[in-house]
Amino acid sequence: MELGVYSFGDVQRSQTGLGPTSQAITNLLEAIQLADKVGLDFFGVGEHHTAYFPASSPATILAAAAATTTHITLSSAVSVLSTDDPVRVYQQFATANIISGGRVEIVAGRGSSTESFPLFGYDLRDYDALYAEKLALLLQINDLGPNEPLTWEGQFRAPLQNIAIVPQPDSPLTIWLATGGNPESSIRAAALGLPIAYAIIGGHMSRFAPLVDLYRRAAEQYEMKPSDVKIAIASPGYIAEDAKDAKDTFWKHWGWTMATLGKVRGFAAPSRAHYDAESQQDGALFAGSPDEIADRIIALHASIGHSRHFFQMDVGQLPHDKFLRSIELLGTEVAPRVRAAIKDKK
Amino acid sequence: MTSQMTPLLGIIGAGRLGTAVARQALRAGYSVQLANSRGPASLALPLSVLLPGAKAAELTELARTSDLIVLALPLHAYRSMSPELLAGKVVIDAMNYWSPTEGRIEEFVGSHSSSEYLQTYFSKSRLVKTLNHIAYHELEEDALPADAVNRRGLALAGDDLSAKQLVSQLINELGFEAVDLGPLARGVLFEPDTPLFNTRLSAAQIRTLTATTPS
Ligand SMILES: NC(=O)c1ccc[n+]([C@@H]2O[C@H](COP(=O)([O-])OP(=O)(O)OC[C@H]3O[C@@H](n4cnc5c(N)ncnc54)[C@H](OP(=O)(O)O)[C@@H]3O)[C@@H](O)[C@H]2O)c1
Repeated sequence: MELGVYSFGDVQRSQTGLGPTSQAITNLLEAIQLADKVGLDFFGVGEHHTAYFPASSPATILAAAAATTTHITLSSAVSVLSTDDPVRVYQQFATANIISGGRVEIVAGRGSSTESFPLFGYDLRDYDALYAEKLALLLQINDLGPNEPLTWEGQFRAPLQNIAIVPQPDSPLTIWLATGGNPESSIRAAALGLPIAYAIIGGHMSRFAPLVDLYRRAAEQYEMKPSDVKIAIASPGYIAEDAKDAKDTFWKHWGWTMATLGKVRGFAAPSRAHYDAESQQDGALFAGSPDEIADRIIALHASIGHSRHFFQMDVGQLPHDKFLRSIELLGTEVAPRVRAAIKDKK
Repeated sequence: MTSQMTPLLGIIGAGRLGTAVARQALRAGYSVQLANSRGPASLALPLSVLLPGAKAAELTELARTSDLIVLALPLHAYRSMSPELLAGKVVIDAMNYWSPTEGRIEEFVGSHSSSEYLQTYFSKSRLVKTLNHIAYHELEEDALPADAVNRRGLALAGDDLSAKQLVSQLINELGFEAVDLGPLARGVLFEPDTPLFNTRLSAAQIRTLTATTPS
């Protein structure tokens, strides 16, 4: 079982409101380096383009992290492929992958927010078509043999005539497909031969068990290589020594984020009662003490059989020192308990 | 449809919401069929794993045979269906218009409910707006039997009383207390960016929250 963290680059609070976005980026790099140091397996950077989540360029941060870490897997989580050029995405991640000695991956997804559409001049009405075409192109580039040129034509970018896409890492990038629960996405991942990452940000975790089952059945049907059939889970989480402290702290920051997000997406802010119900047992919010979080990961593994679980901790201006402490506890307290309980086959 | 027979529920859209409604309806004893834009073959695998007992159907076949139809597809996709397709049917509009995620769609811009526009489009159907203001997974997580205390309420609006009766019964059997807020125009009370949208509320709370709002 691999454990890790993902982040959108959370901006700190200042006297006047939101702190500088520059600080969020240096904080993020520091967090990745700490995650590596405490023995965590994974760090993902999720592309966002807002004043409070400014990690707009994951590949750049990952390249810096690649050069300053030694063993942690570094990834986007997710790359919003729909509004980017797959050629450029590939080049940037391939470069970072080479710098890291093969530790950089891509998690591709539609992304949960749409702010990159107006930013890069795309039309939301092309939401599905953009994603399908760009994902297919990225996979095609990743599958090219050494120095094999590419010829491609599509709707949303200029055609490619016999062009080499460089640099190429020694082996293809690992590309995951991220989904938030649409059944068709589980089938799509298997049809494309990709490992899958489920983002579970609310409700009961167990509701994803049937979808995981669907993914596995589809993987058989599409004759995926068994070693490529992998399941990752991404969920909100925050760890502190004391369970109550962890829950109160995360409520303050997660609650703020949901209230803010609600305004953008048109839903009302969640209540503390709702939060409390979801931050225990089968709930999607992993806020608690190391023991509690370890137990919940182990229980979830028993029902879903995932091989990677990563947590979004720094939301809603969580103080940076608390973020770092939570990463440290995940690496030094939670991970050993989970690893001891789950005998990895790999 | 007679009350002794199991009603046949047709769901257009087999995504998050469509499959959640289907699962609850199957539990409640309904016969359920689903359709998407790619034909029944594409639904064979997902339905066999996620919804044993539900049937995959061709859209026209589903429209013809269902007693009650749920629209659970992206809003803009309504255009792919001709108004005739759903003529004579009771139709639940569970779709939402929210431009930050959906993009701007001219015909839904303004102070009217998106369901009012759809009622004029599907002019020969009897539209009821509901199921749009609950997160799909909460349809399962929050469902409670009729006699439970603190049962969650779900608002509905529509211009046809008998259609609303049929839909209220469905909502009740899915595990929620139906709260009739009046004609379809009152659908604006539970669209995105309202206090009712995605909020766990009892029937009484819904009534209180909407009582002060003039219709
Ligand atoms: N997700 C929720 O929690 C929730 C809650 C309440 C209401 N809603 C509303 O429900 C609707 C669907 O949302 P969702 O989250 O379930 O979306 P989704 O997971 O993306 O599923 C959409 C479904 O519609 C199908 N579809 C698309 N175009 C179609 C067409 N022209 N004809 C027939 N089927 C078509 C899709 O399949 P194919 O593309 O393969 O045809 C897919 O099965 C939206 O209007 C949303 O506002 C959602």
